[in-house]
Amino acid sequence: MSDSGENDAAWTLYKDRPEWRDLKPVPENDGPSPVVVIAHSEKFEDVYNYFRAVLQSNEKSERALQLTKDAVELNPANYTVWQYRRDLLQALGTDLRTELDYVEAVIKHSPKNYQVWHHRRVLVEWLQDPSLELELTGDALLQDPKNYHAWQHRQWVMKTFGLFDKELEFVDNLITEDVRNNSAWNQRYFVMNNHLGWSDLNVQREICYTLEKIKFVKNNESSWNYLRGVCFHDKRGINGNAVVTSFCEELYKNKCRSPYLLAFIIDMCDEAIKKGETNTFHNADRAILLCHDLATKYDKIRSKYWNYVCDKFKKIQKAQNETDNHENNIDN
Amino acid sequence: MENQIRCFEDIFSEAFNNEKVVTDTSSDQVDVETSVFNIYKQFEKNASMDPDLPKLSRHTHSKILKNWLKGLHKSYECLDASRTWLVYWILHSLWLLNDLPDAETLSHIVQFLSHCQNEEGGYGGGPGQYSHLGTTYAAINALSIIGTDAAYDSIDRSSLQKFLWTLRDVDGSFALHKGGEQDIRGVYCALSVAKITNTYTDALFDKTAEWLVSCQTYEGGFAGCPGMEAHGGYAFCGIASLALLNKSHLCDVDALLRWCVNRQMRVEGGFQGRTNKLVDGCYSFWQGAAFPIISAILSQDNKEMIETVFFNQGALQEYLLICCQARDGGLIDKPGKLRDIYHTCYALSGLSVAQHGTGAGDPYVVGSPRNEVNRVHPLHNVAPHLVYNAVHYFIRHPPPVKDKN
Ligand SMILES: [Zn+2]
Repeated sequence: MSDSGENDAAWTLYKDRPEWRDLKPVPENDGPSPVVVIAHSEKFEDVYNYFRAVLQSNEKSERALQLTKDAVELNPANYTVWQYRRDLLQALGTDLRTELDYVEAVIKHSPKNYQVWHHRRVLVEWLQDPSLELELTGDALLQDPKNYHAWQHRQWVMKTFGLFDKELEFVDNLITEDVRNNSAWNQRYFVMNNHLGWSDLNVQREICYTLEKIKFVKNNESSWNYLRGVCFHDKRGINGNAVVTSFCEELYKNKCRSPYLLAFIIDMCDEAIKKGETNTFHNADRAILLCHDLATKYDKIRSKYWNYVCDKFKKIQKAQNETDNHENNIDN
Repeated sequence: MENQIRCFEDIFSEAFNNEKVVTDTSSDQVDVETSVFNIYKQFEKNASMDPDLPKLSRHTHSKILKNWLKGLHKSYECLDASRTWLVYWILHSLWLLNDLPDAETLSHIVQFLSHCQNEEGGYGGGPGQYSHLGTTYAAINALSIIGTDAAYDSIDRSSLQKFLWTLRDVDGSFALHKGGEQDIRGVYCALSVAKITNTYTDALFDKTAEWLVSCQTYEGGFAGCPGMEAHGGYAFCGIASLALLNKSHLCDVDALLRWCVNRQMRVEGGFQGRTNKLVDGCYSFWQGAAFPIISAILSQDNKEMIETVFFNQGALQEYLLICCQARDGGLIDKPGKLRDIYHTCYALSGLSVAQHGTGAGDPYVVGSPRNEVNRVHPLHNVAPHLVYNAVHYFIRHPPPVKDKN
């Protein structure tokens, strides 16, 4: 942000402005023994001296509104200024459309700031008009496709005003652009979960979509996580869908050792055991083997975790062996 | 064994494989790995001549932190609404380094924070600023670190509790300030503060656990609000809050653990904040501290679990010590970034978690034993005994007005 008076010569300090002569500036009161004192520019100090004065006297005026603009420009993260500005907008009955334009400009300048996006949201709430929001957030996401604030605002608008229609297309473009963009995958889940729903048909369609993306890039945690998320809504579970299980086995057979593939097969084993549906592909022995491979070869950084998961399967295996022995004894 | 320091060859063998599909995500990752490889390679050379490496530059960090405590350059104007935070970050960092300022300076801090406290309860980012939950959390933590009767007594707990009530929404979530945004940070800060100051009531946090659970995503981590992407900072807020409420069984702990372990980067050794994002020193704490919390939850059903944290403690320390120390003091996000107070605090806090794990066993310290920093309470990010002292002081001295709502 432009923070100093030095390089903008045309700037007149508030203390030198005749129209502000009636107001006594209020310096910051740090007490007798201040700490973390920030060396402010003269302009910063002057603007905030007058902002504090306005705040203290609770002045609701056009000039105060203008002052908050200067204060915001010097520090867009000052939530007190933004809050007071909202109080002013309401008290003065200011045209909120121009305020939308204004905050859009600030967002363009500071797209990763909590206050600006919140201000935008309140304006949209007041106006009950979401018509500009998809474009605004779309622009911000073009600059940074993982901007958390922009996504959060977009989700709020879509949920509040039911604007889901073209979102799957928007998301698909982002995923096509960068298949590793996890925010886009998350948004895909958001659309499914809040709008299209998890019908059998939709689940199957999403599975096919995701498998295509995994075929394209196998070491991509985003698509594997999404697959797990979708399978969670499949009545057959993650080990009961033949399309998924055969896809995984095919990859494995073709020497793919993506840790996400191995982890997925381990989850299938886990589910098969829990459902009492173990088979040649999904059982405790295989899970143990995969955990071992991950811990020692394919995912060494997580060896502690894989050894912990391995131990869980070993306990299951041991319990199974004991029941098997027990049954054998009864048979004898 | 599982925590041993890695040799360069091993690190290099973990290089990102883009599968011939280059995207923004992959090229950003490759860039970071390239700079990290250079640093680790150089380090291996240096370490062969000096077995004491890697070394935590305690003195240099302490010195710059004490300078920051006095005053900050104009470039910190953007943090003018976070001065309370700055106080906590600096004090906590100094405490981690076992080098707290003298009693006089500490009493100055108490006075300054009193000037940030508002009559309506809570603390703002500076004198004359509205109360904010984040800065209130920072102030309460800073005062707990100082730990004198004067520090404790400077908190107006009756108005603090009223302030918390004004921010609560019917669904159990909290806004960060009056008229402000609402997300999982609000819940965490409110809970941490309420628990420490003994202003907690069940009514104040009615339905909060259910709201928190609705923030857990299909990936297993927590988001800032329902529907959003799992994120390290918010995941910490989510699981720490559930633990403070004693309701962690309501969320899927196994899924959270899986998501958390996957945030550790196989090359860098540090943590990323979200799936397919870049490593960042500050997540050493946000992600790292989730592990002792998870271990504590899991050990409720399994007694032997308490000793372990399920991430690579050695690799995280390597990242922080070798890649994240600025030459002139302070710690950083990642190589190439400038130091700042926030990253100094959370990188050091993460180093503490990496060394002490659950705190049950002996610390595991990479490099010289002098690298050991003090231990933190993973739910509050303040020393365990300082949390205990504050909590017990406030139990012995109940606030003048009981919860009226
Ligand atoms: Zn960071």
